[in-house]
Amino acid sequence: MKNFFRDLFTKNSKLNTDQLIIKKTVISFFFFFVFAGAAVWGWVWLRDQPSSSGRTSAPLRKVLNTNEAIFSNILSDRHLAKTYPLSLAANPARVNGNLGLKSQFDPATWVMNVIRSKGDTLKIRLEDIKQLPKTEIVFNFKCIEGWNQITHWGGVKFSDFMKAYGLNEEAAMKYLGLSTPDKQYYVGIDMPSAMHPQTLLCYELNGQPLPLDQGYPLRLIIPVKYGVKSLKRIGFMYFDNKRTPDYWADVKGYDYFTGL
Amino acid sequence: MKKEIVKKHPLAIRWFHWVNFPVLGVMIWSGLLIYWANDVYKIGFGSTALLKFFPDSFYKALHIPYRLSEGMAYHFLFMWLFFLNGIAYVLYTILSGEWRLLLPNRHSFKEAWQVLLHDLHIRKTKPSQGKYNAAQRIAYSAIIIMGIGSILTGLAIYKPVQLGWLCALFGGYKMARIIHFALTIGYVLFFLIHIIQVILAGWNNFQAMITGFEVKKTEDEQPVLPVVETTGEPVNRTEEPLK
Repeated sequence: MKNFFRDLFTKNSKLNTDQLIIKKTVISFFFFFVFAGAAVWGWVWLRDQPSSSGRTSAPLRKVLNTNEAIFSNILSDRHLAKTYPLSLAANPARVNGNLGLKSQFDPATWVMNVIRSKGDTLKIRLEDIKQLPKTEIVFNFKCIEGWNQITHWGGVKFSDFMKAYGLNEEAAMKYLGLSTPDKQYYVGIDMPSAMHPQTLLCYELNGQPLPLDQGYPLRLIIPVKYGVKSLKRIGFMYFDNKRTPDYWADVKGYDYFTGL
Repeated sequence: MKKEIVKKHPLAIRWFHWVNFPVLGVMIWSGLLIYWANDVYKIGFGSTALLKFFPDSFYKALHIPYRLSEGMAYHFLFMWLFFLNGIAYVLYTILSGEWRLLLPNRHSFKEAWQVLLHDLHIRKTKPSQGKYNAAQRIAYSAIIIMGIGSILTGLAIYKPVQLGWLCALFGGYKMARIIHFALTIGYVLFFLIHIIQVILAGWNNFQAMITGFEVKKTEDEQPVLPVVETTGEPVNRTEEPLK
């Protein structure tokens, strides 16, 4: 044993082959287990971080935000989602989720409340929205769960709507917020994605008024995001330079941007 | 008995190998958390599924259900480690010349078959090999192609609008997802065969991935006297042919 420790600190040139094999093996395994231990420690540290929002801890949240910053710098968010011929659109379209749609709701009295940055509120009816130029899109709707479906939607470009109502100051802010009339479901969207030319305030599916379970009277369709951002039955619209609240990011631990 | 230290794996290769192992493990685990949310793949004919990915008991045993957001968060952190480690490995093999030992050559596909027959104990003699045999060359090169495939299909799924051209290259969003999934099954199969082969090859081979060297044992050199037999011809007592 004494020789063993002495050999570890003896110059290689003074050792015979047997001693050298032992020395090299011991040193290699020592460092192997040191690094393996460090890796396990790092993993346990990461797993033990308290969840700051939903199930996602602060370090992981930071990574998600950094990823978005990296990819939105490398790539241009001006790219359009691929569009398809009408004949490929699914009918009926898949219904997935009824968050914010479970409360008592009277479509006849519905208005969209647009809370301006000065604090006053515009109350906009479906008929008003339908006055604006209509845009249709057939695109591959992608759910964060992993399924996708080609669907056909009609409505008003969000950017056209903002212009028509003179919401220029609001459009210059960093984030858009939307919530259902009962405020049980709400999403936050970065303004560049909201102002993307394919983002619609949508009132038609397959050429027909939206069914209730698809968000009648008015919903969002935002092809550059997963479906979670395409909020059904818009009750309130608001703007902020800070991130607006987001159900999936704040409660469920998902990435805030979920940009495609 | 004479022992000799024979260098086998450079430090860089050992490093990349052992970083990749847990990182790929986390990628597969977090990938499962994601896949569970829409687990539609199966192998079968028409409506009969021979193999469903995956049975509920499998998910339950691994605590997979209802962890999609967690899976995404881990997947999008460890993707960086997987990517950087992979890039470093490829660059190293190119710059060090190690690629010469790894890439299959024009004999490899024929020889790989002989290696397979030998491993299955059908063929007695072992085909000659350098650092890696022909089957290893093919497997270790294929795994790099697979890694590149995983990164590219992963990017196509991650940013299908912004990288629409990449998505189209793989046959669309749905197809990119299937390829991404199939490659992962490929890694698992590779891993299983790899483990079996490492166990069969023995300790000396395994520890070389940690220490970098193998110990070569040769019998002590003794003057070999030709044994004179009745024919008067010297007889070769070693297995090597006389030169």
